[in-house]
Parts: sequence; C-alpha cells; structure tokens
Amino acid sequence: MSEVNGIAALWLREFKVFTREHSRVVSSIFTPLLWLVVFGGGLGSSIIIKGVNYQTFIYPGVVSMSVLFTSVFFGVYIVWDRKIDFLKEVLVAPLRRSTIFIGKVLGGMTDSLIQGSILLLLGPLFGVHYTIIVILKAYLVILIMAAGLVSLGLIIGSQMESPEGFGMVVSFVIYPLFFLSGALFPTEDLPSWLSSLVLLDPLTYGVDALRGTMLGTQRFPFLVDLAVLSSFTAFMIGIGTQAFKRMKV
Amino acid sequence: MGIIEVKEITKVYEKITAVDHLNFEIEEGEVFGLLGPNGAGKTTLLHMLATLIKPTYGTATVNGYDIIREPGKVRRSIGIVFQEPSSDDILTGYENLMLHAMMYGVPRAEWKSRIREVLRLVELESRAHDRVRNYSGGMRRRLELARGLLHKPNVLFLDEPTLGLDPQSREHVWEYIRELVEVENVTVVITSHYMEEADHLCDRVAIIDYGKIKVMDKPSALKSEIGEKIILMGVKEVPNTTDSLPFLTGYTKENDRIELCVDDASMRLKRILETFPTFEKVEIVHPTLNDVFLKYTGRSIREGGTAEGGYMQRIMRQVKKR
Ligand SMILES: Nc1ncnc2c1ncn2[C@@H]1O[C@H](COP(=O)(O)OP(=O)(O)OP(=O)(O)O)[C@@H](O)[C@H]1O
Ligand SMILES: [Mg+2]
Repeated sequence: MSEVNGIAALWLREFKVFTREHSRVVSSIFTPLLWLVVFGGGLGSSIIIKGVNYQTFIYPGVVSMSVLFTSVFFGVYIVWDRKIDFLKEVLVAPLRRSTIFIGKVLGGMTDSLIQGSILLLLGPLFGVHYTIIVILKAYLVILIMAAGLVSLGLIIGSQMESPEGFGMVVSFVIYPLFFLSGALFPTEDLPSWLSSLVLLDPLTYGVDALRGTMLGTQRFPFLVDLAVLSSFTAFMIGIGTQAFKRMKV
Repeated sequence: MGIIEVKEITKVYEKITAVDHLNFEIEEGEVFGLLGPNGAGKTTLLHMLATLIKPTYGTATVNGYDIIREPGKVRRSIGIVFQEPSSDDILTGYENLMLHAMMYGVPRAEWKSRIREVLRLVELESRAHDRVRNYSGGMRRRLELARGLLHKPNVLFLDEPTLGLDPQSREHVWEYIRELVEVENVTVVITSHYMEEADHLCDRVAIIDYGKIKVMDKPSALKSEIGEKIILMGVKEVPNTTDSLPFLTGYTKENDRIELCVDDASMRLKRILETFPTFEKVEIVHPTLNDVFLKYTGRSIREGGTAEGGYMQRIMRQVKKR
C-alpha cells in the first residue's frame, strides 16, 4: 500500500509541476507544429507519397517525434531533482528504487500523453480521419512508446550531474532515433545500409503503427510493430530499474 | 542498548577519509550533538546513518536495524533534515508536506491532521498554501523541520538546522526541537556550528575533527574539565608564592592583572581573596563549549558561513536554479 501511495505521490508531483510550468507545454507543441506547417506544408505542395499529401504523410511521424522529444527530455528532471536536492528527500523515503522509477515513468508518460493529445486534436486539419478504433489504437501505441522513451531519458538522467551534460548526451541519441524512424520518409526503398539502421530504430515501429492506424499505409503488421515496441519498452524499464538502484544522490 | 550504535563506521573518498573508524552509542530520548569544523565529516556520518550512502567499512544500527542489511526499515523509522534545502520550490509548503506523507507511509486518515499539527508546531499555517520559492530562508528551514517530523520518526537527524537563521528564528527552532523531544518523544541527532546551540540543546555532544571523535560527554562535564578563571584587576600586593593555593591549575600575571585557573570558582574564591587582599575588581569567567572545542581541535570554530558560502547564499542559488 505504501508503495502505491509512493507512486501516486511521485506522479502527482510531476503532474503539478507540469501544469505550473507552461513553458514545458508550449515549447514541445511549437516544434512539431513547425515541422508540420512549414516543412510539411512546403514540401507537401509538390510531393505526394503513397496517395497522400506529404503533410498528411508526415503527420503520424511528427506525433511520434513529439512523443520522442517530450519523453526523452523528461529525463532532465531527475537531473534537476538532484540539483535542487529534492532527490535526497525521495531517495531517503522508505520506497523501493523500482517504485521511484515507476512513479517517474508515469509522470513522464503523462506529460507525453497530454502533448500527444493536443497534437492528435489537430489531426483532422492535416487530413486524418478519426474513428474510435483509430483513436484507441493510436493511444495504445503512444503509451507503449512513451513508457520506453521516458525510461530511456531517465536512464541517461540518472547518470548525469548537470542538465547541460544531459542535453549533450540526449542529442546524440534523440536525433538518430528521429531521422532513422521514417517519420519524414517512407522506409521501403532505401539503400541497404540505411535500411538496416532504420530497422534497428525502435521508433520506426511506432511511426509505422501510427501511420498504419491513421492513414492505412503500413509496412509491418500492426501486431509486429506492437511486439517490437513492447520489447523495447520492457527492456528499457528493466535497465531503468537497475540504473535507479545504482543511482547515487 | 543504545537506539543508535555505531561500529567502526568509516567512509573513504578517493583522497580523504571523511569518517574514520567511529564507535559510539546514542541513548533513546537523547539530544545528541555532533560538533565540528567544515569538512569534519558530520554530514557524511549522518548520510550513512540515514542509509543515503554506504560506509566503506563498519556499520551501525538505528532503532535496532542494521543500516547496511535493513536500509528500508531504517528509513521508515527515521526523519532527516538535510543541510541543503531539499523541498520542491515550485510546490506549496502544504504540497511538499502532502507528498512526504504519501511517500513515508503515513496512514491516509492521518494525512491532513498530521500536516496541520506540524504546521502549527513551526507556525507556518498562514503560509502553507504559498509556493516555497516565495518563502524566506528561515521559513523554508522550518518547513523542512516540519517535514522531517511528519511521519513521527523515532530518530530525527538534523544537519545544521539553524545555519543562516537570525538569532531570533534560531531560538525559535531550538524551542521547537525541545518541544519535539517532549511531545513526540524522539531521539535527536543534530550537527551544528553554533556552540551555544549545542550547549543549549544537547544532552551530550561529540567533537569531531578529521573524521574522528576527539571527545564526547555532557556539555557541562566538558566545560568543567576546562575549569573556570578568576581574574583580579588592580592588584597592589602580590604574595611571593602561591603555595597557599594548591588547587590552582594555572597562574598568569600581567602588570596589576592576575588570572587564576581553578576547577570551581565559587568554591575557591574565598581563599583566593584572602591571599590577594588588595584589588579593585574581580571577574569570574565560565568556560564555553568554544573553549572546549579550542582545546581539542586546536582551533576555534568558524561561525556562520561555510567554505561554499553561507546558507542564505545557497538558498538564493537554489531559488535561481529552476
Ligand atoms: N561525494 C564526495 N566525494 C568526495 N569527497 C567528499 C564527498 N562528500 C564529502 N566529501 C569530503 O568529505 C569530507 C567531509 O565532508 P562532510 O560534508 O561530511 O563535512 P561536514 O562536517 O558536514 O562539513 P560542513 O560543516 O561544511 O557541512 C570533506 O573533506 C569533503 O570534502
Ligand atoms: Mg555538513
């Protein structure tokens, strides 16, 4: 019971901080919109991919991107916690380290989910037609993806002393994940060296699942995407728990 | 059996031994003071006892639980107020306390009543719903004191609880701590730079320097070991010898000013005044813990700011951080 309350406390705190730091929301909505409107709009006027306008084609990719950036960057808050010494208060609580990790992951997933939802609301403007099934499947994919990516951010954050260091390491991780995911281009007919890198990127399967769900153009079966994403997430949660166990104040 | 038993506890960082094979016991219900200059190892010792860092060697039991083998049980039974402010300043005081209640296993039915109780104790009720970043340093300190108590710990560790507070708030905090010991029946381990604080609050103190305990006893016992001084001024006739005063432990003469060291001034005064019949003024000097400190560490403790800047500067840094 106390572990459940502990998770609730950690989640509640992240949620409150999130609702009070409006800059967190604004900045993470702004970048995806820039991609959609400027990049997508610019190229979209002349390019059609798989029967849809380019802007529509990258919409699921940009939603994934928003989840990717928000989730991984959430890891910086563990660095902040260390900096403002709040981490000591949490680590000396009679909670398991895995509980603390789960509480943080849920907090980060909530941030990502709220931002994802704002972007999903804009879907119809970019040519996506929603049904209940589409929305449920999209949320399922976003949730699994967010859980894995928040874990990834927290793993990095748990090892870092400064926010600047975190930013450095994360940019090495986040941009390859994004550009290799097929968020901005179809992944079927790539040179083989690029193709194998694309297949190694877990985000590829998230983008593919979202694109299939929203636009009906899919490379892998939905369940395959889900299976790969879930394995990635389970793996990240496993490593994250270990990283938190070893984390120092 | 002591409520805290420290056995050979040691912490070695790359270059220095911060805590060096300490052995001692703290009794239940005691207010125990750790006094030492910057870098003496006080915080390191406290963090080991609170299971935040692991000893390099040795161990300790707190409330009967081993800090290495049963850290979860230790954590459930202790409260700690860190040297650095560690509340979330974007949340309100009340919210910080609520999170603490949830994380530290306070029964749900008691969350609100218990928070009200501790807020009353530190007189922060009227500011409870302000964000912590709008608190003064002293208010923030009091909030953290309240937080450390919220889950009714058996043992409370206070790392420099009054560092940087003005004298008035400092005395206030002392009152809270005294009250706590009576009302909540906790054992308190406190580190401090302020000698008068230790003298005022602690049943026993340990003077720690370079990771080692130099001496440990009741403040009164430590002081009486130093002895008292009788100073006579304006002395005209000085006897050739002080043989008639065999209890003297020290004697210095400077013009017409004479200093005599004795164990108990009020008892020895009569004999001394008989030996020195002519004087203008007499003064009795009682030793302070600072004298004790001086004797055992060879230097006087630096009050107030620390090597990394005073507490207030640190708070201001914290506030700007986010
Ligand atoms: N994480 C660390 N890595 C290396 N050395 C450390 C670390 N933490 C503390 N030390 C060193 O250990 C020694 C004891 O530090 P500690 O913080 O326990 O002192 P303190 O008695 O609390 O001092 P203060 O009065 O300034 O708070 C110091 O020399 C300090 O530099
Ligand atoms: Mg210290």
